[in-house]
Amino acid sequence: MLQIESQPFALEYDLFACIQCGKCTGGCPMAIKTKLNPRVLIYRLLTAGNGYDLEKHEELWDCTTCGTCFSRCPKEVNPMETIIALRSEFVEKGRVHQNVKTALESTYRHGNPLTLPREDRGAWAKDLSVKPMFDGVEYLYFVGCSPSYDPQAQKVARALVRILQHAGVDFGILGKEENCCASEVRRLGELGLFEMMAEDNQETYKRLGVSKMFTTSPHCFNTFKNDYPKNGVEVQHYTQVLAHLVENDELEFTSKFEKTVTYHDPCYLGKQNGIFDEPRAVLKSIPGIKLVEMDRSREKSLCCEGGGGRMWLEGTNPGVRLAQTRIKEAIETGAEILATACPFCLLTLDEAVKLLNAEDKLQVMDIAELVDQAL
Amino acid sequence: MAFIPRVGVYICHCGINIAATVDVKAVAEFAAHLPGVVVSRDYTYMCSDPGQALIKDDIAELNLDRVVVASCSPLMHEPTFRATVAEVGMNPYCFEMANIREQCSWVHGDSTPTTQKAMHLVTSAVAKAIMLQPLQQRQAPVTPTALVIGGGISGIHSALDIANAGFHVTIVERYPSLGGHVSQLHQTFPTLESTADLLNPLIDQLTNHPLITLMIEAEVTEVAGYVGNFEVKVRQGDKTTEVPVGVIVVATGFEVFDAHLKPELGYGVYPEVITTADFEQLAAGEILVNGREPERVVFIHCVGSRDQSVGNPYCSRVCCMVSAKQARLVRERLPNSRVTVFYMDMRAYGKGSEDFYDSVRQSGVIYRRGNPSEIIRRGDRVVVRAEDTLTGEPVEVEADLVVLAVGMVPRADTDVVAGLLKLARSSDGFFMEAHPKLRPVDTAMAGIFLAGCCQGPKDIPETINQARAAAATAMIPLMRGQVQVEAAIASIEEELCTGCDQCAEVCVFAALQLHPVRGVMTVNPVLCQGCGACATACPSGAISIKHFTFDQTMAQIDVLSDFGEPTVPTPKAEVEEVAV
Repeated sequence: MLQIESQPFALEYDLFACIQCGKCTGGCPMAIKTKLNPRVLIYRLLTAGNGYDLEKHEELWDCTTCGTCFSRCPKEVNPMETIIALRSEFVEKGRVHQNVKTALESTYRHGNPLTLPREDRGAWAKDLSVKPMFDGVEYLYFVGCSPSYDPQAQKVARALVRILQHAGVDFGILGKEENCCASEVRRLGELGLFEMMAEDNQETYKRLGVSKMFTTSPHCFNTFKNDYPKNGVEVQHYTQVLAHLVENDELEFTSKFEKTVTYHDPCYLGKQNGIFDEPRAVLKSIPGIKLVEMDRSREKSLCCEGGGGRMWLEGTNPGVRLAQTRIKEAIETGAEILATACPFCLLTLDEAVKLLNAEDKLQVMDIAELVDQAL
Repeated sequence: MAFIPRVGVYICHCGINIAATVDVKAVAEFAAHLPGVVVSRDYTYMCSDPGQALIKDDIAELNLDRVVVASCSPLMHEPTFRATVAEVGMNPYCFEMANIREQCSWVHGDSTPTTQKAMHLVTSAVAKAIMLQPLQQRQAPVTPTALVIGGGISGIHSALDIANAGFHVTIVERYPSLGGHVSQLHQTFPTLESTADLLNPLIDQLTNHPLITLMIEAEVTEVAGYVGNFEVKVRQGDKTTEVPVGVIVVATGFEVFDAHLKPELGYGVYPEVITTADFEQLAAGEILVNGREPERVVFIHCVGSRDQSVGNPYCSRVCCMVSAKQARLVRERLPNSRVTVFYMDMRAYGKGSEDFYDSVRQSGVIYRRGNPSEIIRRGDRVVVRAEDTLTGEPVEVEADLVVLAVGMVPRADTDVVAGLLKLARSSDGFFMEAHPKLRPVDTAMAGIFLAGCCQGPKDIPETINQARAAAATAMIPLMRGQVQVEAAIASIEEELCTGCDQCAEVCVFAALQLHPVRGVMTVNPVLCQGCGACATACPSGAISIKHFTFDQTMAQIDVLSDFGEPTVPTPKAEVEEVAV
């Protein structure tokens, strides 16, 4: 039994606005392969009467929090936030998968969900002569957990640093003082820990006089922009910073990158924050590149299945990951490179290429890496 | 001799609308003790005939010279009660209203403070009533002609009715041809009549009518004046014509929702995805998509309607039946086709519509409940991704043709027209009628009426209903030949006026002018609507608004200085029980 008071819950999340049109489920990338059905879930909560038992609703952990559901909703209901709130009921009772527990505990203790030591967080930048952040530096570059620790994602951070140094952008990093943004913590339903970390982080930014920042990951970007309280700090995703440089002719390319590239819109950049054009503007500025679009692009982009804590959770249908479907779609366009702008997308899509033995057909790269190669 | 007011106070129960939360008897009892009050009563419905008779009898028997009714908003019934008192010879401007419904009983709970607030409002109204001055209402002659803006199905009907009643009509149409959206349709629902058969005789009548001046490829550029005497400028090419008219019917219509605003549906990207408006064109010839007859056809309801994400929360009312009509047409013309309609809630409310919906299903059209989320490409077909909400399963339906049932939206230039005519817009963006139930074709601007979809989505019968109702209502001032001019207007104390012109700058009715000789401002009593903007703009306090003078307003405010429990003065008036 995991009983919740469904009526107050439905009121709090405005579920009474739902007209049961099914757009959320119809667009949900997980509904087609798991039991996850946001509309039915809302209907059950609405009609449950005194209480609703969440037991056996394991599919709540399948949600990738891609945001398709609420982007399609005609009545401004947010099934994704509803699911996050229901997850928090499990978290409160401590009834979560061991992987989730590990990720949450590690985020609390080490400032990252990867159980890696805090001291090593800035190690990737040792040889790059990046400024530490202090008052007066224009931008804080918030690197994020995966780009700080994961060898493949580190390449993105390094590429980005080279691009920005090349363009003369004034920025600093926090190094071992950088703490996880807690976006995934929130999406796994640990709302208390999220609030605590958000407060701590804002304290740090205030102390260092941060007024503008950019991130590697759309997930960090989104949580700073939409989940943190309004704090006067202007947050951008790095593709916005690069698009600005492109617009002002401040990126000087010296070599050509003559490849056919298709772009995968990360959910937290595109669907959830409407940033579709900036990444494409950056790609198009690279000399020699041929940009082709997949059928499911922009608002229809297919989730890679890496969000909402799914980096640490298999889900109830471990068979074909969405990332694999996505790789096939990218190959269909004739592209040699699948570009993206999110460390989670980069890692999940790259893994899918390997699973499909498609390394000879398609290579997954971050936009920053592509720009870096043409400088 | 000093003026000794004799005020009658009437507290309305409005059924239980007021009486459920306000102790109306206590308010009547309280009001009886207010200075100047000679009678105070309560009654179930003051606006009813017996309610009005109470007032009239008291005026005659008790020699009342002021009347206060505490009931609903003056917007609702001030005209009613002004007429009541006028019937027995009292000046209608000696009537005052206290709004104890919208501003009291409807917004507060059943509690002592609610009753006390009603008492305060009545006290305030009585204080003002004592200060009221009789005003003389004047009549202005009416130019016996009408202007109809828009030559669609509603404009055509309004123009014909007014002209057939014997008044001259000018009809202005922006485009080169008449008929509007209806002329773009192939057939109508539920009778499957050809729109050409419907429209052509009407257009013939209109073009040949001796009392109708048709101005095509023309636009209204300026509207001045007031009910009975509008001065309208119409531009046709380089030429601007001045048209004097007594009344204006606005029939500017709607626009079709732009399906590009739902990018997930791929309109403009996939040639297989069209709108119901496009389908009407397609159905005029052979139904071919990519050069061949579609085998699988999907209709999608509510595209751009009932959708807050695009700012259109309303139902467009026609799309359910438009797609039903088109779905049946596909089944008839392409008997081998498989036709699926995705719907949210089926609304077949019009006369004959449910029968028609039955016939559409019986023709083999499959209705599936669920609103599709997105359309993607698969091979040489598109795939509609939805949830069938009756089975609870996500489905993917392949299609050669997808028809998006696009709703109606306000025209992009609604703001411009609203500015020209000083019309208000409702929250859906369409023009707002004066009252949703009681005055559906009037606007807040006297002499300007609404017809058709400029007021909100409608099907053809509803549009014609409203167009003909607007024509009939617009003819009232034309037939009377005279209109009453508002008496509560601005007046200028010339000794204080410096002629600075600041009042004229804020007046949207162009009612203020500098007197060329005396060097002070003057008010045109016919143009002035009594809005009060000039009075607030005047730096020397030279302007006051009759019926809302400084003294009257201050009297109203002064008695409210104590916001606690209303103090009951010594009894003066006789309280009479009224049998209900």
